[in-house]
Amino acid sequence: MSTELIRQDDVTIRFAGDSGDGMQLTGTQFTDTTAKVGNDLATFPDFPSEIRAPAGTRAGVSGYQIHFSSHDIYTPGDAPSVLVAMNPAALITNYKDLQPGGIILANTGAFTDKDLAKAELDSNPLTDGTLAGFRVIEEDINQRTIEALEGTSLGKKDVLRCKNFYTLGMMYWLFSRPLEPTLEWLESKFAKKPELVDANSRALKAGYNHGELLRLFQGRYEVPKVEDVPAGTYRNIMGNQALAIGLAAGAKMAGLKAFLGSYPITPATDILQYMSLMKNYDVITCQMEDEIAGICTALGASFAGRLGMTTTSGPGLALKSEALGLAVITELPLVVVDVQRAGPSTGLPTKVEQADLLQSMFGRNSEAPLPVLACSCPSDAFDCAVEACRIATQYMTPVILLSDNYIANGAEPWKLPAMEDLKGFPVQFVTDPEGFSPYTRDEKLARGWAKPGTPGLAHRIGGLEKDSKTGNVSHDPENHQIMVNLRLQKVKNVADSIPTPPLNGPAAGDLLVVAWGSSYGAARAAVERMQKEGVAATHIHMRHLFPFPHGLREIFANFKRIVVPELNMGQLALLLQAEFPEFRFIKYNKVQGKPFQARELKAQFEKILEEK
Amino acid sequence: MSEVQELKAKDFKSDQEVRWCPGCGDYAIISSMQSVLAELGRDKDNVVMVSGIGCSSRFPYYMDTYGFHSIHGRANAIATGVKVANPDLETWVITGDGDGLSIGGNHMIHSLRRNVNLKIILFNNEIYGLTKGQYSPTTPLGQKTKTTPFGSVDAPFNPLQLALGAGATFVARTLDVQPKHMKEVLKAAAAHKGAAFVEVWQNCVIFNDGAFKAWSDKTVRDDQTINLVAGQPMIFGAEQEKGLKAEGCHIAVVPAAEASIWDPTVDSAGPAFLMSQLDKDPSMPRPFGVFRQVEAPTLDELIHEQVNEVTEKRGTGKLEDLIYTPDAWVVE
Repeated sequence: MSTELIRQDDVTIRFAGDSGDGMQLTGTQFTDTTAKVGNDLATFPDFPSEIRAPAGTRAGVSGYQIHFSSHDIYTPGDAPSVLVAMNPAALITNYKDLQPGGIILANTGAFTDKDLAKAELDSNPLTDGTLAGFRVIEEDINQRTIEALEGTSLGKKDVLRCKNFYTLGMMYWLFSRPLEPTLEWLESKFAKKPELVDANSRALKAGYNHGELLRLFQGRYEVPKVEDVPAGTYRNIMGNQALAIGLAAGAKMAGLKAFLGSYPITPATDILQYMSLMKNYDVITCQMEDEIAGICTALGASFAGRLGMTTTSGPGLALKSEALGLAVITELPLVVVDVQRAGPSTGLPTKVEQADLLQSMFGRNSEAPLPVLACSCPSDAFDCAVEACRIATQYMTPVILLSDNYIANGAEPWKLPAMEDLKGFPVQFVTDPEGFSPYTRDEKLARGWAKPGTPGLAHRIGGLEKDSKTGNVSHDPENHQIMVNLRLQKVKNVADSIPTPPLNGPAAGDLLVVAWGSSYGAARAAVERMQKEGVAATHIHMRHLFPFPHGLREIFANFKRIVVPELNMGQLALLLQAEFPEFRFIKYNKVQGKPFQARELKAQFEKILEEK
Repeated sequence: MSEVQELKAKDFKSDQEVRWCPGCGDYAIISSMQSVLAELGRDKDNVVMVSGIGCSSRFPYYMDTYGFHSIHGRANAIATGVKVANPDLETWVITGDGDGLSIGGNHMIHSLRRNVNLKIILFNNEIYGLTKGQYSPTTPLGQKTKTTPFGSVDAPFNPLQLALGAGATFVARTLDVQPKHMKEVLKAAAAHKGAAFVEVWQNCVIFNDGAFKAWSDKTVRDDQTINLVAGQPMIFGAEQEKGLKAEGCHIAVVPAAEASIWDPTVDSAGPAFLMSQLDKDPSMPRPFGVFRQVEAPTLDELIHEQVNEVTEKRGTGKLEDLIYTPDAWVVE
């Protein structure tokens, strides 16, 4: 007798367990398989800042949410329909997010009195009525895993480590996913440890068969692949990975070799790690002694003719600010990536926030303008990294590219660019000594780049103000005004090279939602839902935050209300209000270390529309 | 082929007016540097001078080479980027006791530890000059300065010991009033493959005049200093009549004939450290010359060797390979 196959177009699952339970791995495996099946997806890993908080406690809960669908989606989903809870702490900290009537799979093997005590629970939520209104499926996954691995050479502790693959197997069955991608992954991951390949494969298969045999679930779900996917080649990508590839690509497209000077900091470290693997792609990486040395080596490398880059998060950007000013005044290309996290100070280092915008804009002494842009999602991170390299080299300026924790660790399918569409922007170094001056500018106001070693072009640059014509040190008051104006105008000229952002929705209406960074997905999904209900709402996404693209004033004029949702206290709204004082920008802000949810924004936007 | 022009010291002077105080020790250092580069037949297009902030750090502006006057304390880091990006560039760091040992102390020790092929010239005047007379990390205990009006209670660094402790492969000391000695030391530093650390005693005529007079003044110099020469006995005195002899962990003054032979190339940094300790003993001469000179791979060469190895093994990476990975799938 076959189990009933229920078609669903849109599912959100959250895997939650102790940080030692392997939930991030379970989540990424489910994600990779789901991508290969052809669903659109978005993910949201959520883990504590401690590597191993005390086992079984609420502080140690690690979660991974995946939203997958038969249609195009923009967010990792609002409320999960399925929660996998590997222990009481995971259950109690996550069940409230679940949709009414949602499924909870609880690993009863980890619900002993001791486990309940670690989670600070006086009674067992599985039996005390806490979970009324949900479909709770209880299974002793610990015991099932031990049974499945009977006869293995692994010790009991190692056997229990395979329980995440058992769980993954159950979820593969429940959502009709193939086992092969994970089996293949295990083969290559543990190529040198066949006993681990065997144990984890057995656990995975046992979990899968268990779903079939034990009839725990009332039915089995099918989430058909997206049918109207544009043709092309896709791969599953995480934000930090896309940034690393984009930075390497950007340097190549500029005709330069890349130099990354960096210092490990959550959540940006992955970029340094990925790029350290790219030695045969004209990428040199140096893990320096501190954040300051990271940016200073990068700037030195740019002076010497490579494309200098540095990657960091908010606290690191603060340390780099003096060197950024030096990059501004020496007018050297430099790409600075800030993967934002919740602050101030160390704040919530593994949680999301987009509150470094004003630091990026103004976090330097004196007048030190530089272009700022932000990516919206993992695949957009590639394009933005290339764009940052383009601006840095074409305008001879440091550029700050903002990402955040949510993009960095989130994954989604990336439609790979056709190689012929990756048009280069090759740098022309100055080589002609005839009439050379370091501050001779092109029509964009970018100065020429003469690298050391070029015959006849020996010159000095530095942090002291320079004469606008000769490039020598100058303390002349008029000249300083000229140079400050020139540096600002040069950065403003970047606007001539960027498109006006497209509108998702009608060009005029009742509501315009202006979003930036990772708020893109929730804002766009919320607006599209409103549009389906007949509301005249439009979404616009701001990739370039300084300078703003041309054409915004004309767009803003066509909407009755403009709202700016941000994971900060109103930073883009402040910039917009200053630039466009004739409009009123309504703020919607949240700083809880969590991304926006589409339903949350939709409710908020509806409220704003009701206001007189 | 282009004609090779022999450059003279003046060819390394930029057209900028030098603005150090009259009588400043910096003048002797820059003129020694210009002579040394000319004598070594250096191509000025291939030399980069990187500095931080302070009086000494204006140096690059006065040299007709490539130059980068940066921010306080960061010259070593910027120079590391220059050298790693293009190891063919002869890269000098010009710094001072405040710039290189205080605000930039971290970059100093790490660039020495990594053995980046940089020539680091530290102008030590035991004072903050550009900010007008505050104590520095080399100001002796008890000295009155603008920020230690009752005498300094801040124990100073010995720059040589800091460099030795950080694993520097070349450590030397010279002084502004002995240009001949300085040129020899600068040439030895230029010839060294790896991080070369040179402390230069430099007199600040305005805020710390005479700081080194007790040793450097002509009238006492012969008895109060000793020049360490590789392969030569360690002798000093007006008649070269005295010598230094290493006895276990102690250095003793002995008749010249009994002096030990100086060897900066031994594996152990111990002898160099021992000699640097003489600074603490008022009955001993202050040592100058090359304290340590050993061979080790440089960071810049190791990085490029590794790049070449990986490239040889994996082939030159194409952008397409970074984007189109084997896990990609095609949607028709």
